[in-house]
Amino acid sequence: MTATLPTTEVRVCALVELVPERGSVALVGGEQVAIVRTHDDSVHAVANRDPYSGAQVIARGLVGTRGDAPTVTSPMYKQVWDLRSGACLEAAGEEPVPLRTWSVRVVDGDVLVST
Amino acid sequence: MTVMPQDTAPTAPQQLVVVGGGMVARRLIDALRARDEAGAWAVTLLAEEPRAPYDRVALTSYFTGREPEDLALGGQELWDDPLVTLRRGVRAERIDRDARTVTTSTGQVLDYDALVLATGSYAAVPPVPGKDLRGAFVYRTIDDVADLREFVERRREELDRPVRGAVVGGGLLGLEAAGALRALEVDATVVEFAPRLMPLQVDDGGGAALKRLIEGLGVSVRTSTATAKIVGDRGAVSRMKFSEGPSLDVDVVVFAVGVRPRDELARDAGLEVGERGGVVVDDACATADPAIWAIGEVACIGGRCLGLVAPGYTMAEIVADRLLGGAGTFPGADLSTKLKLLGVDVASFGDAFAEEPGSLEVVISDPVAGVYKKLVMSDDAKTLRGGILVGDASAYSSLRPMVGRELGGDPAAHLLPEGSAPAPAGDLPDDAAVCSCNNVTAGEIRCAVGEGGCTDLAGVKACTLAGTSCGSCLPLVKKLVTTELEAAGVEVSRALCEHFELSRAELFDVVRVQGLTTFSEIVERHGSGRGCDICRPVVGSILASLGTGHILDGERATLQDTNDFVMANLQKDGSYSVVPRIPGGEVTPEGLIAIGEVARDFGLYTKITGGQRVDLFGARIDQLPAIWRRLVDAGFESGHAYGKSLRTVKSCVGSTWCRFGVQDSVGLAIDLELRYRGLRSPHKIKLGVSGCARECAEARGKDVGVIATDNGWNVYVGGNGGFTPRHARLLAEDLDTETLVRTIDRFLMYYIRTADRLQRTAPWVEEHEGGLDAIRAVVLDDSLGIAEDLDAAMAAHVGRYEDEWAATLADPDKLARFAPFVNAPEAVDDSLAYVGERGQARPATPDERSSGSVLIAGTTLEVRS
Ligand code: SRM
Ligand SMILES: Cc1cc2nc3c(=O)[nH]c(=O)nc-3n(C[C@H](O)[C@H](O)[C@H](O)COP(=O)(O)OP(=O)(O)OC[C@H]3O[C@@H](n4cnc5c(N)ncnc54)[C@H](O)[C@@H]3O)c2cc1C
Ligand code: SF4
Ligand code: FES
Repeated sequence: MTATLPTTEVRVCALVELVPERGSVALVGGEQVAIVRTHDDSVHAVANRDPYSGAQVIARGLVGTRGDAPTVTSPMYKQVWDLRSGACLEAAGEEPVPLRTWSVRVVDGDVLVST
Repeated sequence: MTVMPQDTAPTAPQQLVVVGGGMVARRLIDALRARDEAGAWAVTLLAEEPRAPYDRVALTSYFTGREPEDLALGGQELWDDPLVTLRRGVRAERIDRDARTVTTSTGQVLDYDALVLATGSYAAVPPVPGKDLRGAFVYRTIDDVADLREFVERRREELDRPVRGAVVGGGLLGLEAAGALRALEVDATVVEFAPRLMPLQVDDGGGAALKRLIEGLGVSVRTSTATAKIVGDRGAVSRMKFSEGPSLDVDVVVFAVGVRPRDELARDAGLEVGERGGVVVDDACATADPAIWAIGEVACIGGRCLGLVAPGYTMAEIVADRLLGGAGTFPGADLSTKLKLLGVDVASFGDAFAEEPGSLEVVISDPVAGVYKKLVMSDDAKTLRGGILVGDASAYSSLRPMVGRELGGDPAAHLLPEGSAPAPAGDLPDDAAVCSCNNVTAGEIRCAVGEGGCTDLAGVKACTLAGTSCGSCLPLVKKLVTTELEAAGVEVSRALCEHFELSRAELFDVVRVQGLTTFSEIVERHGSGRGCDICRPVVGSILASLGTGHILDGERATLQDTNDFVMANLQKDGSYSVVPRIPGGEVTPEGLIAIGEVARDFGLYTKITGGQRVDLFGARIDQLPAIWRRLVDAGFESGHAYGKSLRTVKSCVGSTWCRFGVQDSVGLAIDLELRYRGLRSPHKIKLGVSGCARECAEARGKDVGVIATDNGWNVYVGGNGGFTPRHARLLAEDLDTETLVRTIDRFLMYYIRTADRLQRTAPWVEEHEGGLDAIRAVVLDDSLGIAEDLDAAMAAHVGRYEDEWAATLADPDKLARFAPFVNAPEAVDDSLAYVGERGQARPATPDERSSGSVLIAGTTLEVRS
């Protein structure tokens, strides 16, 4: 099968509504998505559900960097993920579990997330 | 025949009876249980004192606020071991060598296959008339020092004037006892028969320097003086007469003239004793009876008894080894000593008196600074033979292991003040003994780091025991560990994280001195990248401690972990808890009703906390502002349950109601809580105030504990509950309220500026260079000249305090951040689910969620505004 699945983009907010280096939550297709604007104004979208606690809290984590990777840390048990790929960079003693990611574009000041 | 484990069937352990529950006995049993994997020996320890073996070397710390439990040696696990039986308060009365039994003071007869005598020494009392009067003490056991303290405190009340005391004996022990009397605020005189203090350890030059230093501490010194008589008044000590010179009025006398081995059991059993007492043993610690051994101070080994713990530990190790079939022998004793008396450093090591022929002495003497230092060198001035250090013994830990080795360079260079002396740690040979108390060599420490995989000082201490007794070797142990880790490529920097090379204390200083106010500025100038969950909250906390404005202003909002960001505490399901401040635990009925109404209207689980206030759990992030609004309107403010900041000042009811209270503890607690509320710090801070010595507020479990006295307040610091409980230790006594507050101000500010990230006050005090004494000097005597600065910083904090909840409610931009979804501000987070339990809500478990048995919906109740 080579058919590509249809993707749609939804506008979640304006870029200026996002506080740099602090997450927000958007409802996308009924799911909670953590939207993070980093210091360089790129925007990333990862699952808001923390796989370790099951709570919807990733957007409330601290944003920073690890080497070149932009990161978010779960406020619950402090695991760290790469915001670009969703890869778990620090599992805090647990098995690494990645976060689902969504692709994001900023067009004319609007933040668009692909579903 | 020597008793060996293989002599009997391996299933039935042989019986080892150890007499004397002292330091050396503990080491023997520790060593035996660690090595006797097959369980060849079952051990019974007969301890005459009513407690498990404790750290006698640290006895004097009892006077600086430590409790008997704090002196415990090693862990309780040993006594829980099924092969070990500890009989406290039981004395061995008689040995029957033919029947191989020991009869105890409780009339029991114990069989033994092997018997170890570890009965230590008696404190000697010279035969002077009056030695048995009330008020005459020795200084050997916890009970001795407890009796001494009680007597002094009672006498002070009876006499209603300062108590006067004398110590007979100016040796190591006598000076410790004098220090203890000073700590009890007794005017003390040390009476020494010899022409100088510490005659066994220091020479005349050192003795003279020492005398000046001791007198500087307010202790009078009389050398070349023999005590002739103690005169009593109504059965209690009242005056001392000497063979010459004027007599001395005293209320208490402590004898510290030496020790006498407790060898009576052995004598009665017909075992050989030494000329000056002590059970005669060979270099395997064995007596002439193959089933009986003697170790520690009671053993007469190589013709003498040794009054230090290190050789005793060595003997314990040898006997443990021999009981398991080994062949260890006593290598000879290192009689080096270092006095740990408040403020005065004295150390003597190796051939301190240059007894070996052809020795050279290198002496530095500075009477003004109160320093006397001498090194004894071989005749070519290359090899170190020994030395004496008075007034500054910082070189002790690095010089002592060099005895018998080439020092390198000019010997005098090693006597320069700390910092300017070359550090020999790096090239210390592997077989050099670094910790003499526990017989640990440089090689063993290196090995613990290398093969043992220890990555810090604490690990090395636990694994090798180095530094766990008198502690005098710690600087050197630390240096070795650091050098070794660095050599192994392990970074031992105090860097905060990958973004900052600086430690928290250093970062605090640069931010303060350069007046930086934003994270971007700070990380650009002093760090790299954009920070992480470690350095961001640290910078956030530093900026808050320095008073740069609301924690959510501008970029500072991005530094706060979720608790500080939403000013509530994250719970396991992603909801939050809310804790209004209830200063001192005092609350009006109306206040309680208001809190109850908020909890009811928002469907919050309600619980009384361990901090004397009420916690409301299960609030959604978007409900927080509405909850605060109601609480603020009812007169409450944020309780900072979320912050690394002041939590609570716990209080007992105190003199307002309690029939025993001597001061208004609630009033003081409220004042303190209002003073320090919102003060951001490296970790949370808790205070407690008790209205009398009954201590119902458990103040000594707090970072700062205040206990009322008839004359004012005693203040204790460095208490902790949590994972490593610690009792707070006395910082100052009988302060008036103003002095008390200033003292706490400075203590807290000094902590805030210099502690590590997430370091509570207890470990901070413990790890502070010079410990509590040094902190006391900073806080009370302004030894660093920063007191004014600390006072000003606290005054600024008090002046700028504002309630973070109220300030947030007043700022629409901040409130916008509490919206649950950027693209659906009205939607409610439906991921939260609750079930009822004991009449309230709690988060549903995953099973309950999947089975659909959730009884209560999320807290979506309509609320009246
Ligand atoms: C609510 C409360 C338990 C209760 O129901 O009574 C509580 C709850 C928590 N404590 Fe505690 N502690 C509470 C009193 C205590 C006490 C008792 C006291 O203060 O008298 C102690 C021991 C005293 C001490 O601190 O030395 C205590 C020692 C700790 C520790 C260990 C700290 C340590 O130094 O080892 C932690 C962990 C930490 O802070 O790193 C901790 C951490 C926590 C956290 C913050 C865990 C977390 O990260 O979620 C809990 C927050 C729950 C919440 O949402 O409020 N809690 N905690 C108490 C709140 C008191 C208050 O009114 O503010
Ligand atoms: C204040 C003070 C400071 C000191 N400072 C230092 C120092 O800095 N460095 C250093 O190396 N040393 C120091 N010492 C000396 C050190 O404490 C001793 O060398 C060490 O405790 C000896 O250990 P031990 O087990 O042989 O004897 P102890 O610790 O004296 O233990 C013997 C135990 O046996 C019990 N006992 C005796 N007879 C019986 C019996 N028949 N039945 C049952 N139990 C019995 C006694 O009650 C006692 O508890 C200090 C001593 C004191 C008092
Ligand atoms: S003791 Fe543990 S479980 Fe209980 S409140 Fe404190 S941190 Fe939570
Ligand atoms: S030398 Fe005493 S603890 Fe190491």
